[in-house]
Amino acid sequence: MSARYAFYPGCTLHSTGVEFGASTELVCQALGLELVEIPDWNCCGASSAHSVDYRLFLALPARNLAQAQAVGLEELAIPCAACFSRLAAADLALREDGAFRAEMEALLGFTYEGRVRPRNLLDIVANDVTAAALRAPVVQPLAGLKVVSYYGCLLIRPPQYTGQWDDPEHPQSMDQVVGLLGAEAVPWSYGIDCCGGSLTLNRSDVVVHLVDKLVRAAHEAGAEALVTACPMCMANVDGRQLYRGGSPWPRPAKPDYEPLPIFYFTELMALAYGLPMQKVLGRHLVDPRPLLGRLGLG
Amino acid sequence: MKPDLTFVEQVSELSHQNVRRCYYCLRCSAGCPAAPFMEYTPAQILRLVQLGQKEVLLHSSAIWLCIGCETCGTRCPNEIHAGAVIDALRQLALAEKVPVGERTVWKLHEAFLDSIRHWGRLHELTMLMQYKLTSRDLFSDLDMGLAMFLRGKIHPLPQRIAGLEQIQRLFAMTGKDVEVE
Amino acid sequence: MKRIGIFVCHCGTNIAGAVDVERVVQEIRKFPDVVYAVDYKYMCSDPGQALIRDHIREDRLDAVVVAACSPTMHEATFRRAGEAAGINAYQTEIANIREQSSWVHEKQREAATQKAIETIQTIVAKVRYNQSLTPFYLPLVKRALVLGGGIAGMQTALDVANAGYPVVLVERTDHLGGHMAELSGLYLNFDSAPGLLQRKIDAVMDHPNIQVLTNAAVVDVGGYVGNFIVKVEQQGEEMVSYSFDIGAIVAATGYDLYGKEHLGEYGGGRYPDVIDGLQFEEMLRPDGPTGGKVRRPSDGQVPQEVVWVQCAGSRDPELHMAYCSKVCCMYVAKQSMAYKQHVPGGHATVFYIDIRSQGKGYEEFVQQAMEEHEVLYVRGKVSKVFQENGHLTVWGVDTLAGLPIEVEADLVVLATATVPRHDAWEVGQLLRVSTDEHGFLSEAHPKLRPVESLTAGVFLAGAAQFPKDIPETVAQASGAAAKVLSLFSLRQMVQEPTIAYVDAELCSGCGLCIPACPYDARAMHEWRHIATVNTALCQGCAACATVCPNKACQVRNLTNQQVLSMVEAYL
Repeated sequence: MSARYAFYPGCTLHSTGVEFGASTELVCQALGLELVEIPDWNCCGASSAHSVDYRLFLALPARNLAQAQAVGLEELAIPCAACFSRLAAADLALREDGAFRAEMEALLGFTYEGRVRPRNLLDIVANDVTAAALRAPVVQPLAGLKVVSYYGCLLIRPPQYTGQWDDPEHPQSMDQVVGLLGAEAVPWSYGIDCCGGSLTLNRSDVVVHLVDKLVRAAHEAGAEALVTACPMCMANVDGRQLYRGGSPWPRPAKPDYEPLPIFYFTELMALAYGLPMQKVLGRHLVDPRPLLGRLGLG
Repeated sequence: MKPDLTFVEQVSELSHQNVRRCYYCLRCSAGCPAAPFMEYTPAQILRLVQLGQKEVLLHSSAIWLCIGCETCGTRCPNEIHAGAVIDALRQLALAEKVPVGERTVWKLHEAFLDSIRHWGRLHELTMLMQYKLTSRDLFSDLDMGLAMFLRGKIHPLPQRIAGLEQIQRLFAMTGKDVEVE
Repeated sequence: MKRIGIFVCHCGTNIAGAVDVERVVQEIRKFPDVVYAVDYKYMCSDPGQALIRDHIREDRLDAVVVAACSPTMHEATFRRAGEAAGINAYQTEIANIREQSSWVHEKQREAATQKAIETIQTIVAKVRYNQSLTPFYLPLVKRALVLGGGIAGMQTALDVANAGYPVVLVERTDHLGGHMAELSGLYLNFDSAPGLLQRKIDAVMDHPNIQVLTNAAVVDVGGYVGNFIVKVEQQGEEMVSYSFDIGAIVAATGYDLYGKEHLGEYGGGRYPDVIDGLQFEEMLRPDGPTGGKVRRPSDGQVPQEVVWVQCAGSRDPELHMAYCSKVCCMYVAKQSMAYKQHVPGGHATVFYIDIRSQGKGYEEFVQQAMEEHEVLYVRGKVSKVFQENGHLTVWGVDTLAGLPIEVEADLVVLATATVPRHDAWEVGQLLRVSTDEHGFLSEAHPKLRPVESLTAGVFLAGAAQFPKDIPETVAQASGAAAKVLSLFSLRQMVQEPTIAYVDAELCSGCGLCIPACPYDARAMHEWRHIATVNTALCQGCAACATVCPNKACQVRNLTNQQVLSMVEAYL
């Protein structure tokens, strides 16, 4: 299949979320999804904008929608959950708040047409691509790989921004994609619980508390890894199992469980599609390669 | 304590949330991942807003611990986004120059927003450096930082966008172009 | 000699599980007069009943004993089966070997079986002397009397009168409408209470079938269902006495408010600006003492800060009423909104423990008070109200914030408990209706018979039975009317014949039976010096037969001879 999407990468896709960026590129190529990066995009504001100013929270992503309009495509693919949420919020505000729209149009020199739809990448993969098309490129079914789908927060909440592309209390799209790749998505109850988000540097105790809960639950569910679609969740779950925060000296106590690797769903797709992933996987802090080696998945 | 009913008006308007609809079922507090760490959980924060306890709230650490996970608003039977109310309280705390209850949380946001103002996109390295210096927390996570840098996940060089001037206009619009202490 | 047939039921395993029914049949065949005995799985089923009918005919039975479950279950069924086969209904008796043997001696098969045999033996002894009887038919007066001219009484009266029957409506005060006449705007729409009431009052006053007696009271009730004799006294320039023949009585005597003077901690009765809910209603009425303006009783100023205290005397098992008065959460929300409409710049605070808004649109109504009218709802019971410096200080706590709250109020409205009328017990005595531990008139069954009392022919409507608001009152009043009408739809009343009778030849007129009767069914004959039985009231309990020294008084089909035979058979 072939489809063109405008593309908003977001700040982390080539830095802390580099694995997400690399695997997204590979996978979209394999699926025939052309991603047209919108020109001169800016940071969406992440967690910091809404924390200090309501209008800034909407204005920063609004500029990206203005830039996206210029591309001329109707669907805007956004890999990062937070970026997706901010752009969706801005789109809603531009559509429904006449005063805000007028202000943005004046400041940014554009006319809002409302024709660009912000969509999360997982939504596109799960809903725009047919099951057959998703399965077609699989050369190495991920047999024996038991994972839990970790959706996190902003992919599916709040419903008025996400448009409820998946159920806010019981999402299933990632489980379905993982299943089509031949892996087993085991059921668990923590799929939509928060990882601690941006508190990771300044209140790492909160993040450690939440990540520990998640990984213990994954163990109890019988999973050997987690799968996610959010760079923040990845950073926290990948980082905070081993790096427990605070000063490195004296060494903080290790967790009382076996650390589990966490994948981006696009990494699993790339792996199943036989695309070169070893270097990308090597960038994880909890190395997933031993697990994959045990399962005979190169 | 004598309730002051004007504060709830102010906060409702600023946050775009109808705080008076709250009937204190406490579902938000029940689902909040940060609640165990907060001295006032979300429902208590809403109640204190209703009772006009401005000083207590603006000085609290709790309002800085909201992660923005949107669980509260999604499950609230009266569709109140407690997180949005908390954001409004943060705004008021900053506007009134109250000493921030969780200083390091604010310092991170400040460093992040400074980075956007300077480059248009986040540059992690300089943002983290500013955060470390201003938060005076120099040594935490040096190990994790190093591990990430060695794996190419932290870029040494920033990228400045062409439309930076527009970004700065947006900051100016909100009055956030001035650096806060 | 009587030919008696015995039918022993297995009741599935309910009886057969513990009782050896085959052995029972074997043994009872040996009793004298038993010409046929059989066991069967389910006697009450169609084939079971057919078995009984067939053998009555085949074996020419005169009487039948069905050894099965309690008579309350299927006595009527088996009596009908007997009648269908040609024997009198009262020649069929039940021997209860389920509740009284199998179910209570489950683990003792031998003993249970023996007890079953003995039980049947006893009943056979009784049935041997049973007479064939016919039921009594009694006349029925189709006129109703309603006590209480409030909304409940008026609704019942209208429903019965509209069906074509005469109604006497007795009202204590000089006007109709009860407490509803004291209200201002009603929830949910703030409809005017006097306006709504006037429609009912006009309908009642204009109705050709309703006789309204105001300033009147019922002073005596005699007789029984279908045939009450009610004496009413009306105060006018002179007192007028009435005596009515009544078929059914409906008690709709309403409620009172708990005296606020009982709430010392709130200063009720001491501070003029501490008032109760009805006093606030009065203030809102255009024809009230303040001409419809909200004013402080003490100085006539407009109160800028008003506090409502819910559960004032309710939900307080230790000191006041244990129960919830049901209507206060709703009227307080209404009053607080009415206040905000009258005094838009004023503050209203409601202290509550819970909010009970259980009706159509009620929840949304209370939310409206909180959201749109900015009434501050604080969860926490008020500890005390002080009078100081010209205002009232209210001490409460906000349980959600965990903080004590102090409000300087200009006016405090106590939502006091709704209690039974002070003379409820007397009314109950008059009507032979019991009152519960709070003084509310008791319904016959809390779930299934809410508008009837345990006294046949006396029904209940409205807050006299328990606090309730107007929609529920009207519903209940119509329910009571339906019961009255179903009584009036009968041509006659039927009474079981298994009741007491007096052998005139043996009665010495000692009168011992009269106080012995719990149903007021015994009296002395007007001019013959013997005792009589009121066949309508007698329940056949045999208390009178037990005390009669001459054996003049007996109960049909439970004569002394029968009882003694049963005892002998058992021993």
